Amino acid sequence: MIPELGHYALILALCIALIQGVLPLVGAHYGRREFLFLARPAAQTTFMLLAIAFVSLAWSFYVNDFSVLYVAEHSNSQLPVIYRLGAVWGGHEGSLLLWIFLLSTWTILVAQLSKALDEFMVARVIGVLGLVTSGLLLFVLTTSNPFERLLPAAQDGRSLNPLLQDPGLVFHPPMLYMGYVGFSVAFAFAIASLLSGRLDAAWARWSRPWTTAAWVFLTLGIALGSWWAYYELGWGGWWFWDPVENASFIPWLVGTALLHSLAVTEKRGGFKSWTVLLAITAFSLSLLGTFLVRSGVLTSVHAFATDPRRGIFILIFLSLVVGSSLALYAWRAPKNTLGGKFNLSSRETFILLGNVFLVVSAGSVLLGTLYPLLIDALHLGKISVGPPYFNSVFVPIMVPLLVLMGIGPWTSWKNTDLITVIKRLWLAGLVAVLAGVGIPLIMGQFTWLAGLGFLLAFWVIASGCLQVVRQAKLGKPTRSFIGMQFAHLGIAIFVIGVTMVGAYQEEKDVRMLAGETVSVGGYQILLVSVDKALGPNYQALRGTFLLTKNGNTQATLYPEKRSYFSSTMPMTEAAIDAGLTRDIYVSLGEELSDQAWAVRVYYKPFVDWIWGGCLLMALGGVLAISDKRYRMKLGRVAS
Amino acid sequence: MKPRHKRTLIVIAALAVIGIAALLILNALNSNIALYVTPSEVAAGKAPQGQSFRIGGMVRDGSVKRDNLTVHFVITDLVKDIPVSYTGILPDLFKEGKGAVIQGRLNSSGEFVASEVLAKHDENYMPPEAKHALEQAQKNGSAK
Repeated sequence: MIPELGHYALILALCIALIQGVLPLVGAHYGRREFLFLARPAAQTTFMLLAIAFVSLAWSFYVNDFSVLYVAEHSNSQLPVIYRLGAVWGGHEGSLLLWIFLLSTWTILVAQLSKALDEFMVARVIGVLGLVTSGLLLFVLTTSNPFERLLPAAQDGRSLNPLLQDPGLVFHPPMLYMGYVGFSVAFAFAIASLLSGRLDAAWARWSRPWTTAAWVFLTLGIALGSWWAYYELGWGGWWFWDPVENASFIPWLVGTALLHSLAVTEKRGGFKSWTVLLAITAFSLSLLGTFLVRSGVLTSVHAFATDPRRGIFILIFLSLVVGSSLALYAWRAPKNTLGGKFNLSSRETFILLGNVFLVVSAGSVLLGTLYPLLIDALHLGKISVGPPYFNSVFVPIMVPLLVLMGIGPWTSWKNTDLITVIKRLWLAGLVAVLAGVGIPLIMGQFTWLAGLGFLLAFWVIASGCLQVVRQAKLGKPTRSFIGMQFAHLGIAIFVIGVTMVGAYQEEKDVRMLAGETVSVGGYQILLVSVDKALGPNYQALRGTFLLTKNGNTQATLYPEKRSYFSSTMPMTEAAIDAGLTRDIYVSLGEELSDQAWAVRVYYKPFVDWIWGGCLLMALGGVLAISDKRYRMKLGRVAS
Repeated sequence: MKPRHKRTLIVIAALAVIGIAALLILNALNSNIALYVTPSEVAAGKAPQGQSFRIGGMVRDGSVKRDNLTVHFVITDLVKDIPVSYTGILPDLFKEGKGAVIQGRLNSSGEFVASEVLAKHDENYMPPEAKHALEQAQKNGSAK
């Protein structure tokens, strides 16, 4: 019964979402107030219905209802409860349901928190979100119903891929989707203001905290995914330029550009068209990312062609969203694109340049991701575009961006004397050069790439410190200012982590017998023994390793080789001794002859700074949202 | 400076950035694309010489031999066999009789020296490139 209830709730949700999508927009267009007031109740009802559907699916997982096809395919009775709940979004149908549920959550938040916004604007925003919700619900109901029954019911489910039985998977997709879906709010605000023709500073002020919130979630989601890949996949890397990763990174880059462009629109009323275009692009790229990951087109263009229903639907939906919003944009966007007057050396110019770098880098990642698909679709052969492509394109584009990051915050709106800025920044430049030369020498090996990395990171840090000093003299800093400092510091910390790992990590694959020692990065790792161990739904061979430095014991590490009962595939569970300045990473390979083991050990200096940097960026975003000017009544803002 | 000049300068700067990026991209695409080649194509000498490429296929049953950390095996599309050597730890899903994609280059004696062995996803998954190689070989076999 429960699955039918969920299915029924989904169908009802589609009906209500259509009402939510159509009537408020019509009402706003013709000035019919009675339709406007439908927006909030409709959004609330859609949310309730989707919550019922989502809980129904989660319930089916909780009680192991294997008569539901999706449950049978993604769970089994041996799975611990927490992973059964994580399995709700472990597959295509469930993750789409999560997507829509989160979209509805954002809608309801906008509806509740925008009481001060004028009714027409709210109705339009909720209406646009309603249309997006309807489109995706139609997709779920026609091609990917998670409540489809399996008759007769399966005895037990297939297992969730053991790689995915990890706390990382429980939290990674909801975070990522919150970010993806969150850009729909910025999109809805942009479309609503194009419809109303009121593309002003108030619009920018309203979309800014929402965009920042989405960006925070996306940042955390990507960081969680990267961290998960690092400790769970057993490869010890933190980013692989895998198409699935790129699909989340491209919207992040455009979203970052949007954040900065919104600042110009809010403060100076400039870049309006550009900002709107970025908002449309960020959301379209989120949809494209969903399409790439969910249509099967990545595994093979031709696999997509054999079961094209899902892909075609998303593709049509995507072209409808992109096409109609671009048409609206072409028709309604203000013609005076740059807005208020500003000089060539001004904060506007620096933000614009930064935007160009971000968008171009997003474009280059997109190209590298789509290129193999294109070549394959045209039957020109099969190719792979690997990390070398992305590294050799992406990194050079980021270098000038980081240079700009050190200068931009020193410039003022409209007009800046660059000479004064340079005079203020000579100290930061000196620190940067010293760090760029000094740190590689301390680490014992100078490479140009490492030098460049430290130079840029310390350029940003030193410039930030000087900004804080100056601000302290001027008076109490705003939350926005502190937020920016945290976010930019986060980037610098991230760059330090990447540079350290890239230049100074050590990796060794060795053959080890019990009692043997391997050294890596100044540490000694002793293999004590390999024993059998038993987990809740797997058995394992567990290695015991002793980590020492100069004779002092630092930690005992237990990497495992697991085999899950419900799967024939072995699973490598790496053991990591994490630290502020280094991680030691040990994983068991396979058993060789004579009780010897193939063992992989890594020394990863400063690797945790990569995710620490991301956390700082997210924290910066949270601080910026909490700035008190966003809590002001709109009436005062608009005047 | 007149607004018109200002706009022109900004446009030029943006175009310069995009142009440089395009150059980087073209350059990187040229040197960093790995072609997928099937074992039959390698046997027919169609593999790129002195350049890294990828082979998709199946790991032949009984062909895996370990010599400490170096592993020798045969990758096949069931028509032609290519000997492969790889030093290091193989991924969890690498198994005899299963699909794999390997990247590397041919050495002078015709052995494929792999720098990377890719066998991801779950046990029921066949890499599309491996599947493609098998289908291709089958097609050619029946045509002859």
